[in-house]
Amino acid sequence: MVKLTQRLGGLVLRFAAFCAALGAVIAMITSRERSSFFVISLVAKYSDLAAFKYFVIANAIVTVYSFLVLFLPKESLLWKFVVVLDLMVTMLLTSSLSAAVAVAQVGKRGNANAGWLPICGQVPRFCDQITGALIAGLVALVLYVFLLIFSIHHVVDPFLLRKS
Amino acid sequence: MAREKIVVAGGTTKSWKLLLGLRIFAFMATLAAAIVMSLNKETKTLVVATIGTVPIKATLTAKFQHTPAFVFFVIANVMVSFHNLLMIVVQIFSRKLEYKGLRLLSIAILDMLNATLVSAAANAAVFVAELGKNGNKHAKWNKVCDRFTTYCDHGAGAIIAAFAGVILMLLVSAVSISRLLINSKNFSTTATTTSVV
Repeated sequence: MVKLTQRLGGLVLRFAAFCAALGAVIAMITSRERSSFFVISLVAKYSDLAAFKYFVIANAIVTVYSFLVLFLPKESLLWKFVVVLDLMVTMLLTSSLSAAVAVAQVGKRGNANAGWLPICGQVPRFCDQITGALIAGLVALVLYVFLLIFSIHHVVDPFLLRKS
Repeated sequence: MAREKIVVAGGTTKSWKLLLGLRIFAFMATLAAAIVMSLNKETKTLVVATIGTVPIKATLTAKFQHTPAFVFFVIANVMVSFHNLLMIVVQIFSRKLEYKGLRLLSIAILDMLNATLVSAAANAAVFVAELGKNGNKHAKWNKVCDRFTTYCDHGAGAIIAAFAGVILMLLVSAVSISRLLINSKNFSTTATTTSVV
């Protein structure tokens, strides 16, 4: 009975992480805004900035990986690899989130010393959607940290709790 | 033999030496990244505008504190190098102790957390540095690197050192997890009563 609830907990966590990563990807891809003043029109898309492209790619990889691990059978030998792959996916998520937040912070506040003006004043809806995508990415990251600890507890059993 | 920990902390096994060597390199790499980035500063006198025939000069400084991503970079690298130093000290001075309780697990988890931390810091810094190097036409952000070349070169060196630290920390985490696996009863296939770690 304990095993069933543990497995169910792992599945629920992974499904939640899958949804969060998918939400982050979708929110960032559909963020596109056109703002025009006089004859100049500025189109803000996520692909203008390299960090956002990396964020989309990384979260897409995480989505596909979560989806595949959801269907892994319980007694498969691949669970040892799941621990290592979970660590790599967590590192991927933190790096992509951190890069996107760093660049979004420059877009929101500008950089007075470099002469870079903030762009959020001209495209507010774009900025809000990017913020939403970053929050979804953060949720996915937190869930994956829990999943990492969960996988280690399950697969490695460091406290030797299982009598086998 | 039933439930006792079968591992006594030896001292001179292969994984111990490998872990120590990797930690020393990771400590040096992250410390170098932190030091180089924190001393990154360049002052230049540039012509800002020209009124008539008189050029107006201004002295501009490029410091790492201007960019929050670089501040995070320095702080994170200092934290990770401190963690590595602590782990080196623990590893050297605990050769006679037994690994009981939470020690191996907490070392593995801390290693993983620090690996993710340094990867986040290095990535944030590299993307912001790419913005500074190439500018961004869509947001009308100018390049910085064509005027402050030394600043950019030092920053690039620090980021390369941090990425070497990322790879080394990933290897350190892998070795720590494998030491955890050796200790765990589920994966010991041979009867290892004197298995040293």
